[in-house]
Amino acid sequence: MATRYFGQPIKRNEDPRLLTGQATFTDDVHLPGMLHVAFVRSQVAHGRIRSIDTTAAQAMPGVVAVYTAADLGAYWQPGPLLVPPPPIQDLVFNPRTQVPLARDKVRHVGEPIVAVVATSRYIAEDAAEQVFVDLEMLPAVVDLEQALTPAAPLIHEDLAQNLNAHVIQRKGDYAQARAQAAVIVKRRFLYDRGTAAAMENRGVVADWDARNQQMTIWDTTQAPVFIRNGLAAMLGLSEKQVRVIAPFIGGGFGPKIMMFYPEEVVLPWISMRLGRPVKWIEDRLENFYATTQERGQIHWAEMALTQDGRVLGVHDTFLHDAGAYAPYGLTVALNSQCTLLGQYDVPHYYTEFKSVFTNKPIVTPYRGAGRQHGVFVMERLLDIAARELSIDRVEIRKRNLISPDKFPYSNDIIYQDFKPLVYDSGNYLPALEKACALIDYEKFVQEEQPRLRAEGKAVGLGLVTYVEGTGIGPYEGAKVTVEASGRVSVATGIGTQGQGHFTSFAQIVADQLGVTPDKVRLVTGDTTEFYWGAGTFASRGAVVAGNAINAAALAVRKKVLKKASDELEVDEDDLELVDGTVRVKGSPQTAIKLGELAQRANPMRGAVKPGTEPGLEATDYFGPERGATASGVHAMIVEVDRATMMVEIKRYVVVHDCGSVINPMILEGQIHGGVAQGIGNAFYEQLVFDENGQLLNASFMDYLLPTTDTVPRIETDHVETPSPLNPLGIKGAGEAGAIPVGPLFAQAIEDALNNEIEILEIPLSPSRLYELVSAAEKAP
Amino acid sequence: MSELYPVAVTVNGIQVAREIEPRMLLSDFLRHELNLTGTHVGCEHGSCGACTVLLDGEAVRSCILFAVQVDGQSVTTVEGLSADPNRLHPLQVAFQEKHGLQCGYCTPGFLLTLAPFLAENPAPSEAEVREVLSGNICRCTGYQNIVDAALLAAEMLRSEKGG
Ligand code: FES
Ligand code: FES
Repeated sequence: MATRYFGQPIKRNEDPRLLTGQATFTDDVHLPGMLHVAFVRSQVAHGRIRSIDTTAAQAMPGVVAVYTAADLGAYWQPGPLLVPPPPIQDLVFNPRTQVPLARDKVRHVGEPIVAVVATSRYIAEDAAEQVFVDLEMLPAVVDLEQALTPAAPLIHEDLAQNLNAHVIQRKGDYAQARAQAAVIVKRRFLYDRGTAAAMENRGVVADWDARNQQMTIWDTTQAPVFIRNGLAAMLGLSEKQVRVIAPFIGGGFGPKIMMFYPEEVVLPWISMRLGRPVKWIEDRLENFYATTQERGQIHWAEMALTQDGRVLGVHDTFLHDAGAYAPYGLTVALNSQCTLLGQYDVPHYYTEFKSVFTNKPIVTPYRGAGRQHGVFVMERLLDIAARELSIDRVEIRKRNLISPDKFPYSNDIIYQDFKPLVYDSGNYLPALEKACALIDYEKFVQEEQPRLRAEGKAVGLGLVTYVEGTGIGPYEGAKVTVEASGRVSVATGIGTQGQGHFTSFAQIVADQLGVTPDKVRLVTGDTTEFYWGAGTFASRGAVVAGNAINAAALAVRKKVLKKASDELEVDEDDLELVDGTVRVKGSPQTAIKLGELAQRANPMRGAVKPGTEPGLEATDYFGPERGATASGVHAMIVEVDRATMMVEIKRYVVVHDCGSVINPMILEGQIHGGVAQGIGNAFYEQLVFDENGQLLNASFMDYLLPTTDTVPRIETDHVETPSPLNPLGIKGAGEAGAIPVGPLFAQAIEDALNNEIEILEIPLSPSRLYELVSAAEKAP
Repeated sequence: MSELYPVAVTVNGIQVAREIEPRMLLSDFLRHELNLTGTHVGCEHGSCGACTVLLDGEAVRSCILFAVQVDGQSVTTVEGLSADPNRLHPLQVAFQEKHGLQCGYCTPGFLLTLAPFLAENPAPSEAEVREVLSGNICRCTGYQNIVDAALLAAEMLRSEKGG
């Protein structure tokens, strides 16, 4: 048997292109006669548009056109609701989606009002400054708790209040838990906004070819097929007339999903109108306002426990900040709700949220997509309960883990894929024990920490667990073709943003067809190459597309064996696929090259047997019955400098379980990157809005991203509990690294500061810690 | 539109001359005038390092320079990092080897920050590598593999010289 590539740390096929500057990103597309678009955006968070004067801009040399909402005519429609509400009883849902160009009202800073088209980007931006928008300023709704009070101004005036949704879900009966409890712990938790800040901003190039009646769009999207379908419908074209290409993308992390952003919708329209290619490339300032964000939630949560620390129930009510519009339905808030219980066996759960409109940029999933908030609440409650009950923090977790014999384990509530929240498989204790061993928990608590404390050092340890629902449906597909050259091409509908799909998917195909992964050429994100699909989100690329590719490759393998058996006149069972050939087991000289076989399967003359399809090609699909639940434990040791309140991470350990692993090198990379974003989210990054809804730190000078001096070396280990829900046994991993970092920081810092403070919020910062410590010192 | 000015620059060893607006950024000049799109822009305000190129051998941020400022000088972009177009530069080999890139958007900036640094410090410590890279932002990798790639590249360059 040849080497199995599945599970090997194969170097990435896509790297040479990226390393030499040959990979095409959206802004690298240059077309003859291309025009450039700049947007005039709202400078206020809430206002009524009185008038727009574009005369001066229109008169500038180099300006080709200036468009407002009025020019769009019937094309002006609110964007599609991307995710409908789930089938939950008594759910209240008021969908409001973003518009292509603001018409009568603006609802957040950065909302586009006018599109200016010119011969260069420089001129377009100059002209945008000459457009005068007369606005009546309205008071802005910024604070989440204020948003629902009767005094709050209405963002969408056709609604009675700023309520996007109200959802209640129950498992068991929390009142029972409360009645039986020996202890109740109860707190208010705050989780504030951050931004994904992919290094590449968004961008769109649209090219209407009138002669061929074809629209080609290069778009920084994670879901090209969905965008193609939507834009074709809006433009009145058939889907076959629209080709959406998601080329190399400089990081996605969620906000580049199929948003139907105003720019995405307006650019193709302009191209059709002018009959010329047009380009818009977002700049970093725009990215801070006009790309979606995440994280604002306030929770009021309580936990009911027995004297020995068994959790009887959790009661959580929260407000979720949807921003000015809510195109992505309830996904983020549902994730918070459904991830909260984590690895713990909790019989009673009451969870209620209100999603609230505010005059801030739109909220849609960003890596973790609401799971962070749930994990933060649960892990914090456990820490607080452990302290109150004088139980060790690892011990209280162990006592509540779901035991391996309970899988599949149901939490009885509805998940973001609209299926009941059922964990497919898991084995939580070994991961927890591994993490304790790796970080040397006992030794740290008993020897190291006392010794370092005696030296005056504020050192502490954190250890938290989490689950991640991954790899949700509906489906993905793939087409696998053996070419006459002996190379294999694979096309799938998802987009790729650095996850190494070109390589991990090639590994799957290589195993099925007996070739090396570098012989497999993958095309993702081009709707002409593959017609169907959903996209890269919810840690689903590897799981869903990976399994579709496996299924298609398997179908091709069957064709290969059948054809070779005919050609070589040998029984299929006696054949093997090795080194790009099909050969007879035990007598490798009787062989035929894959390429040769592909040629014979597509002959120039002669007859093909009835019922045979030409070529060695197959298309197949995969749709999981429901999501697969990955899990993990993060642990870290920190030292807090009491003078500056800077936190230095001394060690960081991750033990994860994402089922079977295609490429451990790529997986580790995903975890490193996730942790780095988690660190940013926990300690460096915070979007600060003032009371007028103005963002005060919209640059990389003021919004601090983690750098080489703040992200430590990350030690990883893993447990492998394959998912029974897909043939490859994989679970997603894209978001795991980022999810539990908030509560980890909170616990470790509290420990380092000897529990002088209690941390109930994320993000933290040195100055915030200083405030908390000062307040605690002043308290009686 | 303002007046056009002539610039003559050597880019990756090739002389180029253009007439451009004085306000054109060097990053735009390279990307959109010369079609050298390997140089990326992440912030256009000098804080992310994605647009780093070499100016007479020194790492500079091309988004905060005007193209007219580099008249008469020589620029190296990622497309010219390896002297031999058919062979990867040791830094590029090391980045692939250590999985020092994911989306690859920040990567040219990291490579060109490291190239002159390793020429001056053939045997840097991890701390020194982290220090020199602390002004480059990568949102995907968490930096560990980039740091390891830099250390590996240093080793490769040393043995190339020694051998
Ligand atoms: S693009 Fe030049 S430093 Fe960010
Ligand atoms: S690899 Fe994506 S930003 Fe660095």
